[in-house]
Amino acid sequence: MSLDATVHLLPALVDLPFREGYVRSIVYVSLYVSGIAVLLSTLFSIPVAIVMGFTDFPGKQVVKAIINTGMGFPSVVVGLLVLFIVSNQGPLGPLELIFTKEAMIISQFVLATPPITAISLAAITGVSDNVREAARALGGTRLDTALVVIKEARYGIATAILAGFGRAISEVGSVLIVGGNITSAGGVSKTRTLTTAIQLEARQGQYDTAMVLGGVLLTLVLTVNAIVVRFGDAGSMNR
Amino acid sequence: MSMSKQRSDSDRVSRRSFLAAGAAAGVTALAGCSSITGGQSQQERAGVAGETLTLTTTTSTYDTGLLDEIHSGFEEMYGVTVDAVAQGTGAALESARNGDSDVVMVHARGLEDEFLRNGYGVNRRDLMFNDFVIVGPEADPAGIQGMGSATDALTAIADSQTTFVSRGDNSGTHTKELNLWEAAGTEPGGDWYQETGTGMGEALNVANQQGAYTLSDRGTFISQRSEIDLTILVQGPIEGGPESLANPYGIMAVNPGVHENANYDLSMAYIGWITSPGTQDAIADYQVNGEQLFFPRAVSENPDFQQYVPEGWSSDDTEE
Repeated sequence: MSLDATVHLLPALVDLPFREGYVRSIVYVSLYVSGIAVLLSTLFSIPVAIVMGFTDFPGKQVVKAIINTGMGFPSVVVGLLVLFIVSNQGPLGPLELIFTKEAMIISQFVLATPPITAISLAAITGVSDNVREAARALGGTRLDTALVVIKEARYGIATAILAGFGRAISEVGSVLIVGGNITSAGGVSKTRTLTTAIQLEARQGQYDTAMVLGGVLLTLVLTVNAIVVRFGDAGSMNR
Repeated sequence: MSMSKQRSDSDRVSRRSFLAAGAAAGVTALAGCSSITGGQSQQERAGVAGETLTLTTTTSTYDTGLLDEIHSGFEEMYGVTVDAVAQGTGAALESARNGDSDVVMVHARGLEDEFLRNGYGVNRRDLMFNDFVIVGPEADPAGIQGMGSATDALTAIADSQTTFVSRGDNSGTHTKELNLWEAAGTEPGGDWYQETGTGMGEALNVANQQGAYTLSDRGTFISQRSEIDLTILVQGPIEGGPESLANPYGIMAVNPGVHENANYDLSMAYIGWITSPGTQDAIADYQVNGEQLFFPRAVSENPDFQQYVPEGWSSDDTEE
């Protein structure tokens, strides 16, 4: 958009050009879907990262390669795959998950899991061997050693979780396909997130509302990133 | 959150609960999360109350704000929730084919007829109409202003190689556009012909940015006119333009014989409601920027059997 048009829109921003509750419900859906997805991703990823960080098994490099590839999964492709799975004709069809928050959580789970696993794994393997050896030298069991390492890696793991959240909340492709971008007639979001709402408002030429929503999303993502940075600093100071 | 969320959640649970048994554990757990919010009492109510109707429809009915305006009446009358998914005609019909929606509201008779003939749709009704218009920059480099024929206008655009923005998304408008090119005997292509693959509103924005021509339904154009610099150069039949630019909308229920979990009862309630005199009046009364966008068509004194069957169908036809 031209600068001219942007300046032209500024007064509209003050008028809050959207229905009451509309933006609030959209923010709620965004946080709910991404929050649950990241929670489930974390519950899945951390044990995987711990197992991979503490054991050697055949094919470990292949698993690592798959996780790293997963970090680059295009969200629309994930959305398409999840659509096939949750569609009435798909394997989970009887659950009637299509166009629901649960379907969106599934696709964001798939998107958030690779970065959370990969960054956690890097944090765990990044804990210096000295720490492990010290723990062992002090008479720690394998479990003790693991706990010490995880404690050392906690900032890296927190960074991983927030990175996963950042990916989940800012993706538009998959939630649009599997969620359907639905609001009730009263303007309360059911499966409309900040990203899909921006897409819709832009399609309708309502750039003022789109920009307000964009501002909210940016604020959310920047806040999350600021927390990531703080965690990172705290981690490095701690060491 | 509001009542509507609770309703839809409890509905999802009740429809799903008996089927969920064999499903993957992780997903069942996910579904379980939402069941906490839904009250038991909702499930015990009689009739369709508390259920959710999934309507897949076109971007033109949704983006004009029509559905948001009228749906609250239906939701209140039956105590249900309507999930309207704006997809474009091709995608809306495809979702219905896959059993992912209960009722479809679209505007491409050829595609609707195929849907009916394949057995996916039942109980089609003519719903409403408006028309298509050819819009473009005021300067009108191809000189199509006031042409009485859509195909002549498209031919002039092609001859002058002025940029033309196509929806390119298998929507009702895109289907109409392709039919018009075919009727004009021109194969569109080349740098001047741009497929955006987006909804009508976005295609209008793209055309606006480039000073290009495009084919738009009148409703979306009117609802967006204040945001863009394009103007109507060839009128549709509502303003005396050629009949080839007519834009009729139809509504069909998904065949419960094909998709047994389609919410057929509620679909038929919806079709009954939206074709009723009261709702048809509400459609006629719906205005954007002081202009009527849709013209009701379902209420008529005279029989119109053609609306129920594919065009050209007769009982003498052999089995499909």
